[in-house]
Amino acid sequence: MSTVLDVDAVTKTYDTGAVEVHALRGVSLTVEQGEYVAIMGPSGSGKSTLMHILGCLDVPTTGHYRLAGEDVGTMTEAELADVRNRRIGFVFQQFHLLSSLPAWRNVELPLVYAGLSRAERRRRALAALERVGLGDRVDHKPGELSGGQQQRVAVARALVSEPALILADEPTGNLDSTSTDDVLGLLRELHDQGRTIVLITHEAEVAQAAARVIRVRDGVVTSDEPTDSPTGVTA
Amino acid sequence: MTWRDSFGTALGAVRSHKLRSGLTMLGILIGIAAVILTVGLGSGAQDKVRSQISALGTNLLVISPGSSTASTGVRGGLGSSTTLTVSDADALTSKVVAPDIEAVAPTLTSSETLLNGTTSWTSSVVGTTADWASVRARTVSEGRFLDAADESSDAAVVVLGSTTASELFTVGDPVGQDVTVDGVQLQVVGVLASSGSTGSTDDDDTAIVPMSTAQQRIFGGATRTEVQDIYVEATSGSTLAGAYQEADDELLQLHGITTAADADFTITSQQSLVSTATSVDKTLTVLLAGIAAISLLVGGIGVMNIMLVSVTERIREIGLRKALGATPSLIRRQFLLEASVLGLAGGLLGLALAFVGAAVLPHLISDPIAISATASVAAVGTAVLIGIVFGVYPASRAARLAPIDALRSE
Repeated sequence: MSTVLDVDAVTKTYDTGAVEVHALRGVSLTVEQGEYVAIMGPSGSGKSTLMHILGCLDVPTTGHYRLAGEDVGTMTEAELADVRNRRIGFVFQQFHLLSSLPAWRNVELPLVYAGLSRAERRRRALAALERVGLGDRVDHKPGELSGGQQQRVAVARALVSEPALILADEPTGNLDSTSTDDVLGLLRELHDQGRTIVLITHEAEVAQAAARVIRVRDGVVTSDEPTDSPTGVTA
Repeated sequence: MTWRDSFGTALGAVRSHKLRSGLTMLGILIGIAAVILTVGLGSGAQDKVRSQISALGTNLLVISPGSSTASTGVRGGLGSSTTLTVSDADALTSKVVAPDIEAVAPTLTSSETLLNGTTSWTSSVVGTTADWASVRARTVSEGRFLDAADESSDAAVVVLGSTTASELFTVGDPVGQDVTVDGVQLQVVGVLASSGSTGSTDDDDTAIVPMSTAQQRIFGGATRTEVQDIYVEATSGSTLAGAYQEADDELLQLHGITTAADADFTITSQQSLVSTATSVDKTLTVLLAGIAAISLLVGGIGVMNIMLVSVTERIREIGLRKALGATPSLIRRQFLLEASVLGLAGGLLGLALAFVGAAVLPHLISDPIAISATASVAAVGTAVLIGIVFGVYPASRAARLAPIDALRSE
């Protein structure tokens, strides 16, 4: 198994002018290919900052972060954009779908920035929607879909570029319990197919869906242990 | 991301806010239509003046009494009487003195009432010579024009302009009939073909009589040897300058004037008439186009304003696109394209409005509007350029947004 995420003594300090905020005080962790990891912590623990760094949306102040072997700490904004495009599939709490575009157009967006041909984009977007069980909703706009369905579209969008990592930031935070089970079930299926998934949440129940839980508090990792989830067995 | 994809995205964004995009385009639209129409009005007026002046005749010089200079205006001749005479005109017909002059037509004009029985019509009666028709590029539609025999015999004949003819003779052929001017009975020998002039003065509302007849029998008085204007036709366009010089030299010599600045006559060429008339129009056009350009600037600021609103409103979209792999330059390109689409659409609609205006307005203001292809292309190009220029700032703001800040905003 190759290492997908390699976080080495990463700190992140925000200089807000008056005071320096130490969001991360030295975090080290690795995630192997095919793992299903939950990062848990209360708000203010630094888990959002960690998620931004893992997602290459931000760079560490000190320390190193290698994503699939590439050190992202010294990259320009354009290079980071390219890494996000090729390596990471995002699933957000607020879904972040573009309301003016039909489902398949939302799903193809990462492929647009990857520079694929129109025919190829459409083919792969439709396949990804089929994969998440929305093959009959490809032309629906987000407003015409339920919350659970919208998050499925977002998962399809995260899948479509075949990324090394699916990064789900509170993916069930805006969903009712039925849709929550629905989306967690989908993530489990993806994990079963060998995808690497990092789930960020503050809910213990949701974290239990993963095979391994990393707890973060006050900018440091406080625990890192496997769960007794059935998915842990297959990992 | 290909340009086609970027363009499609920009077009989609414009379409998804129809009202806002429409209002933004309206600013550009009005500016572009105003610019095209004012420029079209200006060039329409210039075309009109040019055609009016060239309708006077080709390769034409007009010698008028009195002198005019740019600073002092028109200086009258000796006393209030005119300083040009028939002998001046005769001298210019000499091929020895003026080889570049083709024909000379002295004229004496007065507004007179013409009578046909009880029908009366006031028209501009012109006494002139047989050469007038060729000098002024006029032809007769019926009968004949004046000839040398009419001139030498002070013949009681008249050639009517088409308007005058139709006013005096509502029925029947005027040729061979008689009209009375100031108690002098004249036989109509011909009718001029319409000049097609659309100017403020009707060139067809006229009556042409032999110069000798006008001087001796109709106008009389102090005008027996004097003439008002002498029309001179050069042998060709290239000899116009030579003809001007010959006429100037000859008349200065005949009038015993040694310095050109003291000349008691003025020679005007068609070209100088055109440039004088069009320079006035040009000033007006520049002024109007300036106002139109300001409205275009306002339209451009409208584009910038809307684009800034659009960037603020779509912070989440920008953040998402960045998270999914859009580089800052792609985001910039998308917003610049969006602004240019607004500019282009506004420009094209403005062009359409200008064409509608050019079709409708001339009926209301009785001035022609000539829309040129160059002006149209330039105006639409300007509209796109405005979109781009005023889109640069909002687009770079969008490009600079940090993806996490953009995603975080609710």
